Amino acid sequence: MRFQFILSEIAIGLRRNLSMTVSVVLVTFVSLTFVGAGALLQQQVSAMKGTWYDSVRISIFLCTQDSQSASCSGAATEANKDAIATALETPPLSDYVSEVRFESQDEAFEEFQTFADDGLSAYVTPDQLPESFRVGLVDPERFQVIQESFSGSPGVEEVVDQGEVLEPFFAVLNALTAVSLVLAGVMLVAAVLLIGTTIRLAAFNRRRETGIMRLVGASSVVLQLPFLLEGVIAVSLGAALASAALLLAVQYGVTEWLALQVTSFDYVSTTDVWVTVPFLFLGGVLLAAVASLVSLSRYLKV
Amino acid sequence: MIRFDDVTKTYDRTARPALDGIDLEVSRGEFVFLVGASGSGKSTFLRLVLKEDVPTSGAVHVAGKDVRRLSSWKVPHLRRQIGVVFQDFRLLPGKTVFQNVAFALQVIGRSRSSISTAVPEVLELVGLQGKGERLPHELSGGEQQRVAIARAIVNSPAILLADEPTGNLDPTTSLGITRLLERINGRGTTVVMATHDDDIVDSLRKRVVELVDGKVVRDEHQGGYLTGTIPVVPAPGTSVDHVGAGSLDVPAEAAPGGGTTS
Repeated sequence: MRFQFILSEIAIGLRRNLSMTVSVVLVTFVSLTFVGAGALLQQQVSAMKGTWYDSVRISIFLCTQDSQSASCSGAATEANKDAIATALETPPLSDYVSEVRFESQDEAFEEFQTFADDGLSAYVTPDQLPESFRVGLVDPERFQVIQESFSGSPGVEEVVDQGEVLEPFFAVLNALTAVSLVLAGVMLVAAVLLIGTTIRLAAFNRRRETGIMRLVGASSVVLQLPFLLEGVIAVSLGAALASAALLLAVQYGVTEWLALQVTSFDYVSTTDVWVTVPFLFLGGVLLAAVASLVSLSRYLKV
Repeated sequence: MIRFDDVTKTYDRTARPALDGIDLEVSRGEFVFLVGASGSGKSTFLRLVLKEDVPTSGAVHVAGKDVRRLSSWKVPHLRRQIGVVFQDFRLLPGKTVFQNVAFALQVIGRSRSSISTAVPEVLELVGLQGKGERLPHELSGGEQQRVAIARAIVNSPAILLADEPTGNLDPTTSLGITRLLERINGRGTTVVMATHDDDIVDSLRKRVVELVDGKVVRDEHQGGYLTGTIPVVPAPGTSVDHVGAGSLDVPAEAAPGGGTTS
């Protein structure tokens, strides 16, 4: 009986306050979309880092017979290679290194052929390509240690941190995350204030009913729950719209477009969105509940 | 049933208190008129009983409970033992008579079946049988006040507070409403009625508590409205006679007549 009564009160309240309810839905929709976008951008960052950091990150390219570099005097000798291999496998450097693979000129040539077309590979011979040590690191951030140890060593032409190629991407994604979180924050403040105002208006619109309810001894649950649930319902609708927007954006913007344009990375997928969705709902509902309780305690005392 | 111990209520520190050191006790089953000019503290008295406000100092006991010590989540339970009626009826315009009365039971979680028996009973008690499907604007003022009374007593409260319930009604209708309150009082409900209506007070010969500037200046057990504190004007004799005849059939309380306390 009481449950049914509260439900009918909620329906009346939502209908009477329709324009305010719609605005709460829209504002939470936009703000939660930004929150979700921020979360997905961070997941994208860690997905990219994951792919990259899992694989070999540093290449120590050795001198070839044509090298012009100051540390090179002709091709790297066997002694040079042994020195490097030994240094990588003994402390202190071995503490930083997780794996070492030597890539010969023939292997380099094979790999070259996989991404160069036949016309170009016709002009390249294996002995023009550098031999290299491919080094994986325990902590990918400690690239400097390896670089300082081998730059300028005899037989080493260049030490390349392939992770560095990605740093600009990470910077852009982190900036986008920051922007969406700031926008989300602004919109969330607007949402909280709007929920507060909506409840104040709703309480004012229904002051006859609530006045009588207080007088006849309605408990605060019966008195306040309809208002609280109205806010929660509106915010849930906003969260549903935000989730739908994120799903569509990831499906059609990332999976079916960006991933086909630039194939070298892993991308966030709708699976990641589905993981994010419950948090959007939870966060939105908590927000609505807190905003509602604060304004109810001010405008709808028992 | 209601006890005020040295109760003072100040709304604004600089102004004089709305109630100033009130000591008053209303026993179970009593009918009390609360009289006094506007601003004398009648409404404040009723608000304190309902815990709409708390006293600045002193203690208010209602139905055996110290109202000031009552935690806010227990206040609804206090209010379920008190029915309230106002001058402006306060009915919900979109609901029928039946729905207006049922509303009071719905919001405290009564079952549908107990509502469907309690509401027709109380409508019959207040003389509105057969009018359950009317909307408030289809009723006269007196009938609207009867609906409000029905809503106030449908949960069988121990106390009925009436804040100038006849203020918007003509004398004949007012008398009918007061009679109804008297009948409700006869069923054991303690009734406190704040009023300006001298005819009614004079005719019922019930206990009269008079407030002036927040102080009790008179507490008579079979009082009339007119006293030394209000300029004596010739009473409209016809109406006093007319009213008096019917209401004296209620046995007068054995109390020492008159006697001003304060």
